[in-house]
Amino acid sequence: MRENREFICVTCPVGCTIEAVIEGQELIELKGNACRRGIAFVREEISNPRRMLTTTVQVDGGALPLLPVHSNEPLPKHLLLAAAAALRRVRVTAPVTVGQVIVHDLLGTGVDMQASRPVPAKQATD
Amino acid sequence: MKQLQCDVLVIGAGPAGLAAAYEARRTGAANVVIVERNDEAGGILPQCIHNGFGVRALGADLTGPEYAYRWIDRARKEGVGILSRTMVLGLEAQRAVVANPREGLVDIMPRAVVLCMGCRERPRGALAIPGERPAGVYTAGTAQRLVNMEGYMPGSRYVILGSGDIGMIMARRLTLEGAEVAEMAEILPYVSGLRRNLVQCIRDFDIPLSLCTTVTNVYGRDRVEAVELSTVDERWRPVPGSQRRVPCDTLLLSVGLIPENELSRVAGVAIDPVTGGPFVDERFATSVPGIFAAGNVVHVYDLVDDVTESALAAGRSAARHAMGLDGGPRSEIELAAGDNVRHVVPHRLDPGSLEQGEVLLHLRVRRPIEAATRIEVWADDHRLLSRRLRYVRPAEMVTIALQEQHRAMLEGARRLTIHAQEA
Ligand SMILES: Cc1cc2nc3c(=O)[nH]c(=O)nc-3n(C[C@H](O)[C@H](O)[C@H](O)COP(=O)(O)OP(=O)(O)OC[C@H]3O[C@@H](n4cnc5c(N)ncnc54)[C@H](O)[C@@H]3O)c2cc1C
Ligand code: SF4
Repeated sequence: MRENREFICVTCPVGCTIEAVIEGQELIELKGNACRRGIAFVREEISNPRRMLTTTVQVDGGALPLLPVHSNEPLPKHLLLAAAAALRRVRVTAPVTVGQVIVHDLLGTGVDMQASRPVPAKQATD
Repeated sequence: MKQLQCDVLVIGAGPAGLAAAYEARRTGAANVVIVERNDEAGGILPQCIHNGFGVRALGADLTGPEYAYRWIDRARKEGVGILSRTMVLGLEAQRAVVANPREGLVDIMPRAVVLCMGCRERPRGALAIPGERPAGVYTAGTAQRLVNMEGYMPGSRYVILGSGDIGMIMARRLTLEGAEVAEMAEILPYVSGLRRNLVQCIRDFDIPLSLCTTVTNVYGRDRVEAVELSTVDERWRPVPGSQRRVPCDTLLLSVGLIPENELSRVAGVAIDPVTGGPFVDERFATSVPGIFAAGNVVHVYDLVDDVTESALAAGRSAARHAMGLDGGPRSEIELAAGDNVRHVVPHRLDPGSLEQGEVLLHLRVRRPIEAATRIEVWADDHRLLSRRLRYVRPAEMVTIALQEQHRAMLEGARRLTIHAQEA
């Protein structure tokens, strides 16, 4: 059965409203996307929606108590809460460099979590 | 008192300040210094750990800290000096008195100044919520800093007032950290932040969102125990009988940002009461010769990419001014907000500047129109250009480019008016 569904593309901040006709998990037609990435977004949204994950992990011996981390690729949406909960228990030791892989293959998804900033070691005088 | 001469002094090391300083150096200013009151450069971005920054300006979808580090790196490589933990105490066109713990008072004599102080959150006082004043009421940005940088969770069950981007982003963030967001309330009949945040921060996590709703009371003596939410009518008056009590231990306020212009006022810069920022021309020059302004201090942008772009232009202008390359006398046209337009930046422009390239007009509409909309630019009573958009929303700034071809029609005009009407 064909149905009309409205999507808001979250791939970039433009946030196009896309009107799509879908049948089961198949995309029949769509309009409203300002670029091609909107097509890929709707396809994924009806089969396996994914989102980027950004959160923090704890740092030992760092100039800051927390390190912000981001996924190198979007994760399946239904795993976001479990992934964030797992990352709450992760601790790293300073110094950390930007881009450093903090968790490899998060929950067996093949996705890595990387450092979003450097955190130098805490100065002895601080 | 230590004295310091420089060509361009930039105040604030957020994305605006970093880009302005970087571009001032590239334009040829020899000595460019940024003063920043925080320990580190980056402005608000180190606490904005989510992604979505730089898609247009850098062609990459970065987190806030990554975007900041790219620009800190660029500015350093260009030879920009950054004085952190430095407060500006006084400011005039060619003089700034600053203080920091390393050097005490420093008297800086710049040839040009760029104001890049960003914005701050509207506090609770501006809202007049009745009820007790218990602990547990925070602005969304303060909570963001506590959770993302200090590792402190302000509470476990939240109500968020306002559907601005910071509020929506915090709703997701708190949920990911294991807290419960009981409800988000928005007084307007539509969400005030970006659509993508509505999807990925609110709907993805099934957070209840109530439109036309506000907080009418806060309960709790020492700590918030509950808030009262009420539906409002079209004039924002609570509808009698609509009150309901929502238990929570924390209330977050995400009710808007105001440009931070105390220092601009000290320097005598004229402020537009509509934007809350300085009146600027297309070079981002303020009313005081030699003082320029860029980023959220001028008007609150929704995307950092536009902040960076405006700051590059301001940095270029400041460097030109410092090098004595300002050019001859200007003939300026005033820009005016017409039908359904709240404000337009810049406030004035010299058509002659179109010779050097396009000039971007940034505007915000008053009311959303969820249908084809025509943006029209009129030079006195001639229509200069018309652009069709699929919709307009107050949350999404509209950008219109004026080009060289428009110059002839602009010469001699007195006023440029911009309208946004249903097509
Ligand atoms: C929660 C949140 C989420 C956001 N999400 C996005 C997003 O997803 N995508 C996106 O593109 N944009 C986003 N933005 C917008 C973007 O972060 C801002 O537009 C940008 O940071 C503004 O840059 P700025 O340099 O003008 O101001 P700021 O970043 O605020 O920097 C101003 C700097 O000036 C300093 N300063 C102020 N006064 C003085 C003084 N008197 N002396 C010395 N220094 C001073 C401050 O300490 C600060 O470092 C978000 C903003 C917020 C708050
Ligand atoms: S369709 Fe393209 S332009 Fe529109 S939101 Fe998606 S990625 Fe951005």
